[in-house]
Amino acid sequence: MAEHTNGNTPDLTPTVIADHVDIVYRVNGTGAGRGSATAALNRILRRKKAEKAAGVRTVHAVRDVSFVAYKGEAIGLIGTNGSGKSTLLKAVAGLLPVENGRIYTGGQPSLLGVNAALMNDLTGERNVHLGGLAMGMSREQVKERYQEIVDFSGINEKGDFITLPMRTYSSGMAARLRFSIAAAKDHDVLLIDEALATGDRKFQKRSEERIRELRKEAGTVFLVSHSNKSIRDTCDRVLWLERGELRMDGPTEDVMKEYEAFTGDAKPKPKPKPKAAAKPAEPTVAQPS
Amino acid sequence: MSQVLDTPPLKTAPTPAAPADDDLVALAARHGLSVSGARPSLPQYVRQLWARRHFIAAFSTAKLTAQYSQAKLGQVWQVMTPLLNAAVYYLIFGVLLQTKKGVPDYVPFLVTGVFIWTFTQSSILAGTRAISGNLGLVRALHFPRAALPISFCLQQLQQLLFSMAALVVILLFFGVPVAVSWVLAIPALVLQFTFNAGVSMILARLGAKTPDLAQLMPFVLRTWMYASGVMFSIDHILSRHTDLPSWVGTVLQANPAAVYIDLMRFALIDSFHASQLPPHVWALATGWALLAGVGGFIYFWKAEETYGRG
Repeated sequence: MAEHTNGNTPDLTPTVIADHVDIVYRVNGTGAGRGSATAALNRILRRKKAEKAAGVRTVHAVRDVSFVAYKGEAIGLIGTNGSGKSTLLKAVAGLLPVENGRIYTGGQPSLLGVNAALMNDLTGERNVHLGGLAMGMSREQVKERYQEIVDFSGINEKGDFITLPMRTYSSGMAARLRFSIAAAKDHDVLLIDEALATGDRKFQKRSEERIRELRKEAGTVFLVSHSNKSIRDTCDRVLWLERGELRMDGPTEDVMKEYEAFTGDAKPKPKPKPKAAAKPAEPTVAQPS
Repeated sequence: MSQVLDTPPLKTAPTPAAPADDDLVALAARHGLSVSGARPSLPQYVRQLWARRHFIAAFSTAKLTAQYSQAKLGQVWQVMTPLLNAAVYYLIFGVLLQTKKGVPDYVPFLVTGVFIWTFTQSSILAGTRAISGNLGLVRALHFPRAALPISFCLQQLQQLLFSMAALVVILLFFGVPVAVSWVLAIPALVLQFTFNAGVSMILARLGAKTPDLAQLMPFVLRTWMYASGVMFSIDHILSRHTDLPSWVGTVLQANPAAVYIDLMRFALIDSFHASQLPPHVWALATGWALLAGVGGFIYFWKAEETYGRG
């Protein structure tokens, strides 16, 4: 498969190398006892002896995935729900530990998103500052880009909303502001998790454009999406994950054809969806135990 | 194991031939790639943290502002909350239990104690939840994690400065004269902040591993408060109970919370004399600050790569 990817990258500098990566989640408080006091006590008393009996479950979310991403590539990650796409992205960002194998990166990969740093009780204006600083921009950079961010978000198109607390925004407005803040910074390796699906059609177009810009500035872009169209529009290489395994890695058109055949085929018979593996993206992930 | 295992993977599509292990490792080495999510060295970590100082400041101010933004009285609560707290303690300890016997300027004495103690207490409580309560932030963005406990302590320091403004009014109202020694409040606060930040970082690491600690800490802190002479004078108690073994007095007076509280009282209240301070008080205050500050920072950094995972 390497020839395909080599074809459209003039300089062959690798930016992300995944070397036989396994990712395993441990989830507390599942199973029979389901978080009851006795189950918890049992877990503490019996320790590792009976992890399973005490309700600790492991979820093997990504298994033995290897790939090399080069500078200038835009790589799409596809797969049915719970196939480990978001998990792999988080591991590349260095936010999740790998069980086996290694992930090497050049520069700091960043997930596109600042939701967690923003506070609903503060005005949009202060959130722009806070979000920018949280992403590692300097105060000057934030000041410089402030107007650009506000204009891009279009928050002020319907009146002076930027000086109101974010909790007064509609969900669409809030999502637009979040995307605008997150997209304001240039990244070495940019990881995008279905960020394109926010806002109205007009804003979606604008954000797709911005992602293309970011791609030019960034070394490498990873995009997780369920929209086959946006994968086709933005990516030139696709990794297809299924049940945590890398099924295919190649040029967009080749992989998409196979993938569409696979998802089309699967329609008549109910496909067993590994739900548990889908969880990791949500904040309900296993607590450190 | 998992349900994922239950169904065998379909073997319809061609699987890409992954390059051999050695190739990948060599490739990474050749292009100078680093392992994702590895812990930086201590000097690097300090540099990263310094680079994020504006975020730390902005985050703490934002938290402080957001705290009362839903209340009708808004930021007035910044001053009202500590005052009400002090009033409750005065009612119980000053009026009902008569602990004020023999303590001159009891109200300033008590209020100073309550405010300074609250600073340490809320810093430590916030520190315990600094990582476990902000997993979303930790899992979404890259920054030195020590920024969180430090930021929470800074928020408490800002809160304390509001309280200190109220304290000045109380002091003047009860006829405590303005004195040069008030300047000593600044080094005392700097040392206390360092101590608080250090302890917060220790508890942030422990709390990240065992979130249950957040349930336990309020009890530990309440016990600590009653041993710290917040509403009584340790000096008076010791001189009244001469039958106590001498180590009890030493321990009570070396207690960092008591040291910082007494330093502040000494700085602000003219009737609180140097003789009531424990021996070598500044050395003690500096020692505790350095021990907790440096020790806590290193302890926290040692687990940097594990926060927000698992």
